[in-house]
Amino acid sequence: MRRTLYLLGALVAAHLLLLTITPSGATIAPEGEGLDIGIVFDVGGRGDKSFNDGAYLGGLLAADSLSARVRYIEPGEGSDREAGLRLLAAEGMDLVLAVGFIFTDDVLTLAKDYPDVKFAGVDYALSFDDAGNPLPLPDNLVALKFREEEGSFLVGAMAALVGESKKVGFIGGMDIGLIHKFEAGYRAGVMHVCPDCEVLVQYAGVTPEAFKNPGKGKELALSQYNQGVNVIYHASGSTGLGVFEAARTTGKLAIGVDADQYAEAPGHVLTSMVKGIDAAVFDAARAVQDGTFQGGVRVFGLAERGVGYVYDDNNRALIPDSVRTRLQALEEDIIAGRIRVPSTR
Amino acid sequence: MSAPREHGILMRAAQALLAPVLAVAIAMVVGDLLILTYGESPGTVYALLLEGTWGNAYGFGQVLYKTMTLICTGLAFAYAARAGLFNVGAEGQLAAGGFAAALIGLALPVATPAVAAVLLCTAGAMGAGAVTGAVPGVLRARFGASEVIVTIMLNFIVLALLNYAVASHLAVPETLHTEVMQAGFVSRLGAFLPAFAGSAANLTIVIAVIAAVVAWWAMFRTRSGFELRAVGLQPDAAEYGGVNVPRTWLRAMIWSGAFAGLGGINFVLGYKHYYEEGFAAGSGFLGIAVALVGRNHPLGIIAAALLFATLSQGGLAVNALVPKQLVDILQAVVILAVATTVPEVQRLLQRAASAAVRRGSTEQTT
Repeated sequence: MRRTLYLLGALVAAHLLLLTITPSGATIAPEGEGLDIGIVFDVGGRGDKSFNDGAYLGGLLAADSLSARVRYIEPGEGSDREAGLRLLAAEGMDLVLAVGFIFTDDVLTLAKDYPDVKFAGVDYALSFDDAGNPLPLPDNLVALKFREEEGSFLVGAMAALVGESKKVGFIGGMDIGLIHKFEAGYRAGVMHVCPDCEVLVQYAGVTPEAFKNPGKGKELALSQYNQGVNVIYHASGSTGLGVFEAARTTGKLAIGVDADQYAEAPGHVLTSMVKGIDAAVFDAARAVQDGTFQGGVRVFGLAERGVGYVYDDNNRALIPDSVRTRLQALEEDIIAGRIRVPSTR
Repeated sequence: MSAPREHGILMRAAQALLAPVLAVAIAMVVGDLLILTYGESPGTVYALLLEGTWGNAYGFGQVLYKTMTLICTGLAFAYAARAGLFNVGAEGQLAAGGFAAALIGLALPVATPAVAAVLLCTAGAMGAGAVTGAVPGVLRARFGASEVIVTIMLNFIVLALLNYAVASHLAVPETLHTEVMQAGFVSRLGAFLPAFAGSAANLTIVIAVIAAVVAWWAMFRTRSGFELRAVGLQPDAAEYGGVNVPRTWLRAMIWSGAFAGLGGINFVLGYKHYYEEGFAAGSGFLGIAVALVGRNHPLGIIAAALLFATLSQGGLAVNALVPKQLVDILQAVVILAVATTVPEVQRLLQRAASAAVRRGSTEQTT
């Protein structure tokens, strides 16, 4: 008992001593002019090589070129999302960003509680009234939404044109509406250039786990490749890493999603459908800086360069010039409204 | 006559407190060092942590909110542990409880009297947790199946089933939660204490404290509680003394599950008024740590739940300076430090060590 008490005393003394140390590089309270931006990540946080990292990149960009001070919060459980937003809003940030559809309710509540702070919700899920019209958003809240189906349409067309097979593959993560958008656009793209093609569609599961199951991804991809598919498009988070693995072992092709995923399987990634979250985040920050911020819905499609596909030195050899020309024509048709891409299946 | 007895109680309290206090002290020093290696000042970070949790009403409200769920999952683990059972299934039982509460709230007519609706939803939550807990209870009591394995595996099954039900049938489009309930709302503390405005803290914390009192009474003041503890300490002796051991195990698992399920009303009735995928992910497992630090005693569990809730909320508050994993490490250090000083764990370790020695010696002879 006495020895334990001595130990306790020593620990408390050590703690008090350590408390007084301030390393030279320690953060001091932010001060001075400039934009203050707070970003709350989706559960899972940074390092997902997908949209959380995209938002992070947008934040870095704002810090660099707008000399904004950016703070990040990674929430743990459900109630942390609102708490994180509130923490930032209460500090009087100029702009608070919520990354992911799961923040929809939280960011709406906060926008009402803090009318002087600007908010932005990436992938914000709109609510509709009984007549099917979207409910208006508060003036200080902007919903950043993406037309993933338009980008998916183009990679679908590319898969059919490059694949040299009547069968093309799609692997989704969790079987939900958000991913059906990718599937619907992809299917429409395939059918547009190859009406007698068949799209093999498989989902990794019905739970959020389906977005992080590379083993299942590989299994599904191998079975599709064995059925004669030459190109598979995945919209499945890190489950897709298994799809790339399968592409590498069979020597066939896969298409990445959200960010440029060429590095996952060099030579076997035909292209990636990229979602410009970084640009959207940066735009929102710049709008606050310029005083041009407007509440409401902002949709990023092909026309706004919010979605697209990767075409660079890495994959130029995989894509014939004729295909590239055809895709550029399709892109113009979509932007001009001559092709309407479905967003539901 | 009373003086030495009070002295005894004080000594016992001091001894019970010593281990957790020591654990927290160790964790704080480890935290100091980690913060320094990260290039920040420990003084600033700890000040921010306190300011963000106990320093203002909002932060404290968030701590109370998290405390509610942890009290319930802590009680769940402790109640089974008192009977010598290791319930690792609080995660699934908690989710099942929240889901049942939301379903009942969705099904009730809007005009249901508030008290009746809350009671029905709460009973549903406890019932769903109890059913989920009863499955490993029956398997253990009837067939001797290890409750550790069964509760772990059942977590996956329950969570996958709920995921499926919500994602494929009940979810509002583009989200992972159900519609908002019709009835069964519990008011937030902010409704009558304006300082708490905005925080998720709600009156279900009162229900959790009542549950802790009931658990204490059931464990230490009733015959079935005596049987429960007797079975936990030495099942053979209890059986010899006339206790029906399998039935006691089953009863322990049912109550354990009910306590965990009760935790689900915090989010569903008190906060968001709908069931959401992963609404309290991790709280079930954290309940094991809460019960361990609280020495499987309801009073200790309330204190430990406050501690872990403070760390969890504090992690958000200091997130700007240090990664939130720092707080995860602090939690782990507290758990490890307590685990090595708690007599029950020491006994377990000793038993494992002597078993290993015995195995070692038999391997040598053969």
